[in-house]
Amino acid sequence: MRRESGVRLPALEIRGLNVWFGSGPDRVDAVRDAGLSVVTGMSFGLVGESGSGKSTILKAITGLAPNWSGEMKIGGVALSGIKRDRNFFRMVQMVFQDPYASLHPRHTMDRMLSETLHLHGVSDIEFRIASLLDDVGLARRFRFRYPHQLSGGQRQRAAIARALAGKPRILLLDEPTSALDVSVQAEILNLLTDLRREYGLTYLMVSHDLPVIAHMCERLAVMSQGEIVEIMDTDTLRSGRPSHPHSVELLSASSAP
Amino acid sequence: MSLIEVDDLRVKFMTRKGIREAVRGVSFSLGRERLGIVGESGSGKSMTARAIMRLVPRPGIIKANHIRLEGVDLLDLPEREMRAVRGRRISMVMQDAKFSLNPVITVGDQIIEAFLQHNRSTRAQARQRALEMLDAVLIRDPVRVMRAYPHEVSGGMGQLVMIAMMLIAGPKLLIADEPTSALDVSVQRQVMGIMDDLVRDRGMGLLLISHDINLVAEFCDRILIMYAGRIVEVCEAGRLFGARHPYTRGLLNSLPRLDQRRSRLSVLNRDPAWADAPGVRG
Repeated sequence: MRRESGVRLPALEIRGLNVWFGSGPDRVDAVRDAGLSVVTGMSFGLVGESGSGKSTILKAITGLAPNWSGEMKIGGVALSGIKRDRNFFRMVQMVFQDPYASLHPRHTMDRMLSETLHLHGVSDIEFRIASLLDDVGLARRFRFRYPHQLSGGQRQRAAIARALAGKPRILLLDEPTSALDVSVQAEILNLLTDLRREYGLTYLMVSHDLPVIAHMCERLAVMSQGEIVEIMDTDTLRSGRPSHPHSVELLSASSAP
Repeated sequence: MSLIEVDDLRVKFMTRKGIREAVRGVSFSLGRERLGIVGESGSGKSMTARAIMRLVPRPGIIKANHIRLEGVDLLDLPEREMRAVRGRRISMVMQDAKFSLNPVITVGDQIIEAFLQHNRSTRAQARQRALEMLDAVLIRDPVRVMRAYPHEVSGGMGQLVMIAMMLIAGPKLLIADEPTSALDVSVQRQVMGIMDDLVRDRGMGLLLISHDINLVAEFCDRILIMYAGRIVEVCEAGRLFGARHPYTRGLLNSLPRLDQRRSRLSVLNRDPAWADAPGVRG
């Protein structure tokens, strides 16, 4: 690992990333020549319409996209192929859009978390479950509940608790609040803000909601048809001065003040 | 005269734990205007819309002093006549065209069927009307779209097809229940704009139900805010940001905004009293 004095090491670096599905005439290039870098402790947003490739980048990082080329580094270590080792999953975890679909319907919170902790090789599982529930603001009485006994916001808290189980450094957040009501969205976004500060986490967050990205991230990339068309600071977005026509269009399509 | 008058609407469900009221005494009237209902999941907004169509699923019970459509109480109509009201006089666009359209019938045949259901006409005339209707929702290549199956059109186009189908019989009132929530942000406004133009051109009433308070403020004249099965506030769309009810204010404040930087979002603290306190008018 190379460390330049005074410059913080990027937690996540992507260069010349291509992701495609299918082959021959059916080949779809979902991501083309994408590059971005997220400094440790920062939060980086990916915006764009559906099919623009933003979620595919997260999939490629986690090894869920079968075909890719280019360079992806986590904490300076290059990724290859689609196999990810235990160290990777200790380092990187993902939170999905629909907490109902990403939680096992027949496992209680306790079982889900203890299984995850066991996989991470944690020994004091009892204690860690309690502290994870505290971390995400779920009262102890929810410990033995099933997903269907929780509200949407509580389920997303549970999914975040599971992601935090291995004490990761990087969270990949795929539309973590778009399935939630706005008041619940505010609670989850506040929770993510607090967790980032408390544990020095790095976020890569996908959303179609520009105000949400502006609230959560310092920098963002605008994607269109598989390509990153512009990378800018959130302040540039707030002041309404993005340069690429596609970013301008995206900004005007967003109704929120 | 108002198009729709709803007085003290209640929708009840008998459960093992007793009676649960999803809608608890909702009253409003709607003329040839665009009225929005905003609320969170479980607030009763969709149930209110379904009750107007008398489409509350069993074992739900609809009770109201009256639900009048141009003076006629819909609650008195036999089911046979109610079926003539649905589609012909009131029609409804739901959230996802994929679930509302029949997957094994072409888009064209479904629109034609919707027309023939309510009009005596030849198939050739119906086809002509269907093409005109697709043209009216600004679909560029209506002949091709007529031949397509629902899975062959995009989400935005599917929703435009639904709007075409719902307007072909010339209803007086369009109920749109989260019509663009399943769509991409970039096409949401486009679809809303097309629907809005049609509703205005035809002098129809629109009841727009959505959780997206900004969208409703943009496309409606008046807004009802529902909480726990009741209307807690009624306000003009232009005055939404001056809303007074703490729930409405809480909803507005919990949204992140591009023009303000805040380290934390304000969280809505629900007051149990809101469920029963009288509503406010802004």
